[in-house]
Amino acid sequence: MDIPYTVEVRRDTGLTNGKIGIWLFLASEVMLFGALFASYILIRVGAPSWPRGDTLLDVPLATFNTIVLISSSVTMVMAWASLMRGRFGTFRIYMGGTILLGLTFLVVKYFEYSHHLHLGEFPSTNNFLAIYYTLTGLHMLHVFGGMMVNAYFWGPGAKLWKTNPVWFTNRVEHSGLFWHFVDLVWIFLFPTLYLL
Amino acid sequence: MSEQPVVDAPKAPVAHEAHHEELGFWRQYVFSTDHKVIGIQYAVTGLLFLLFGFALMMLMRWQLAYPGVPLPLLGSLLGEARMPGGTMVPEFYNELGAMHGTIMVFLGVVPLAVGGFGNFVLPLQIGAPDMAFPRINMASYQFFVLGGLTMLASFFVPGGAAQSGWTSYAPLSIIATSGQTWWLIGMIFLITSSLLGAINFITTTIQLRAKGVTFLRFPFFVWTQFVTAFLLLLAFPPLEAAGVMQLMDRVAGTSFFLPSGLVVSGQVVDVAGGGNAVLWQHLFWFLAHPEVYVLILPAMGIVAEIIANNTRKPLFGYRSMVYALVFLGFMSFIVWAHHMFMTGMGTSLAAFFQTTTMIISIPSVVILTALIISLWGGSIRFNTPMLFAVAFLPMFGIGGLTGLPLGLNISDIPLHDTYYVIAHFHYVVAPGTILALFAGIYYWYPKATGRKMNETLGKVHFWGSVACMNVVFMPMFIVGLAGVSRRLYDGGVTYDFAQPVLQWNVVSSWGAWILAVFQVPFIFNFFWSIRKGEPVGDNPWQATTIEWAAPSPPPHGNFLVAPEAHRGPYEYSVPGAAKDFLPQSEA
Repeated sequence: MDIPYTVEVRRDTGLTNGKIGIWLFLASEVMLFGALFASYILIRVGAPSWPRGDTLLDVPLATFNTIVLISSSVTMVMAWASLMRGRFGTFRIYMGGTILLGLTFLVVKYFEYSHHLHLGEFPSTNNFLAIYYTLTGLHMLHVFGGMMVNAYFWGPGAKLWKTNPVWFTNRVEHSGLFWHFVDLVWIFLFPTLYLL
Repeated sequence: MSEQPVVDAPKAPVAHEAHHEELGFWRQYVFSTDHKVIGIQYAVTGLLFLLFGFALMMLMRWQLAYPGVPLPLLGSLLGEARMPGGTMVPEFYNELGAMHGTIMVFLGVVPLAVGGFGNFVLPLQIGAPDMAFPRINMASYQFFVLGGLTMLASFFVPGGAAQSGWTSYAPLSIIATSGQTWWLIGMIFLITSSLLGAINFITTTIQLRAKGVTFLRFPFFVWTQFVTAFLLLLAFPPLEAAGVMQLMDRVAGTSFFLPSGLVVSGQVVDVAGGGNAVLWQHLFWFLAHPEVYVLILPAMGIVAEIIANNTRKPLFGYRSMVYALVFLGFMSFIVWAHHMFMTGMGTSLAAFFQTTTMIISIPSVVILTALIISLWGGSIRFNTPMLFAVAFLPMFGIGGLTGLPLGLNISDIPLHDTYYVIAHFHYVVAPGTILALFAGIYYWYPKATGRKMNETLGKVHFWGSVACMNVVFMPMFIVGLAGVSRRLYDGGVTYDFAQPVLQWNVVSSWGAWILAVFQVPFIFNFFWSIRKGEPVGDNPWQATTIEWAAPSPPPHGNFLVAPEAHRGPYEYSVPGAAKDFLPQSEA
């Protein structure tokens, strides 16, 4: 038995199941990060003093990471666009680039974390660091999850291209929507934690 | 029974059924992707957890009725740490209280109402072959089981299970024993489960409707599940965020919910401080108030189906009910702080939340009133599902109306955290939702098994349960109005003002134990009817909605011919029609 509208769109909604599913998932993710940002605001306004982000954190490094993540969003779109044009070879290159850029982000983050830990700056040190580790940690988990999915489509999942290219293209698009969301969260995180 | 002939779906052969491979036992019953199997898995697991949560409560009721008296027989079996000499220690009482609430809400009622009925009935009612994402559906059930097992395992870790109530208020929950960490991890599994379920329900409802099934031709039950799914999707993530922060506080030593200079047992706690304990309450109730509607909306949906079917009349004001439902869903996100009037919030904030709370009572009353008026002028068939459904109306009415004084800032202050609150929300959830869930089990059992449950046993179960539930909960209003606090280990024995009402604790307890006895006919009936119940056709209740056009039980893929809706969901007793019901799917 096949589920209808996994590949073709339903006429009256104009959407596939997966497209609705991923947007609903992103809506719940907005609530998840929204709650954390709201908590950050509440704790900060209740604090007698609060450090400026750039006095504790490495702004140039984070700027570099911002550029890395935005670039990965660009390559992600290019990967999907390649599939739309039927060029599987260029898809592999762009998708590979997206994964490597994600990896670069995580490596930079690793050095940033270990630097702070060496200085004795732990989550328990103060609430600024607590929210820093929690927010960026949760974001890193999302980057890692997105990379896993992308790696699947780059590797074993790509078999679907041969049997059902439309479905495969849709799945890459959905993965891309998630990846852009993860990017967007960082765009909010960066000024909130590092600059304000 | 009426004289109507039983109309069966045409038994047309289906092309792809011929080469349908046989699934092994594990794929068919344990790792199934079929929404009906998953629904039944959810329902049976949910019922088991309801029974377990009920058992925890019966233990607590002994301590409340006879504080300090050793529990005969069972007391010695639970171990020296929990009940030395058969007498309960306060820590164990707290474990029972916290886990009773958690299990009943997150592992019992919601999985049965949403995971069970939603999964089984919703795709059938909209004429879908399955859920939109069958494998995600399976994963949702597996995460639920994982969460349930984590919660159960927490009873056996050092210090026992979580003791901070189902609300897990900080800072108490952060300095609590390791059971609380298990509770948080269990909750994260359960949140993941409900997130996957909610995405599936919404997508299925929007995308997999059969031809002709427009939104205003949905049975009311589908609408309730649809709105409920949005509440789960958007309200649970903030609790997940809060859970992550509480986990950080407990494990990584952060101070999200720990204020500066916190003193525990005369010692200043060695943390950075600067956190806010009330923040936890905000995040918790941002979930937990919509969660109240997650508990009640599917119940309303079940009751609406059964009332329309057994009054042989269309629902009164179907459209008003749908609009009220959607409005209620929106409003449920902006009433949460009425649980927090005692936190010292400013009067303007309190005024805002008491106003929204009064407003949200309007759509609830619209739905309840429409259901009551639906009874008017019908020739009612009082079968077992209908008895349960009708009893839901006054019981939910009592629960809802006694909530009004709690929603108003002034009257909440003396009533807050007393047994009055316990009585209020149990009237909503126990004689309210749980009666509706029983109604649903009796009503859709023939669809799931092809056999009806026994009516006589059903009626014994019904009258016993309704009577006992009132004996359990009505006295709590009296105890609460006398000022006795909830969560007291001894039921208030040490307080002078509680002395005149203490005997009601004994009444409540005996009500609960006899209530347990009246569940025996249900449990027996549930298993006995699988093989010995009266065999029935596809549409034993002469109902109109699409699920009754499928065979009983429906095969994989549900319908033998693709269903199509030709009319609204409740075309009963249409003047001039040949029979007193016109199924949606009949041309």
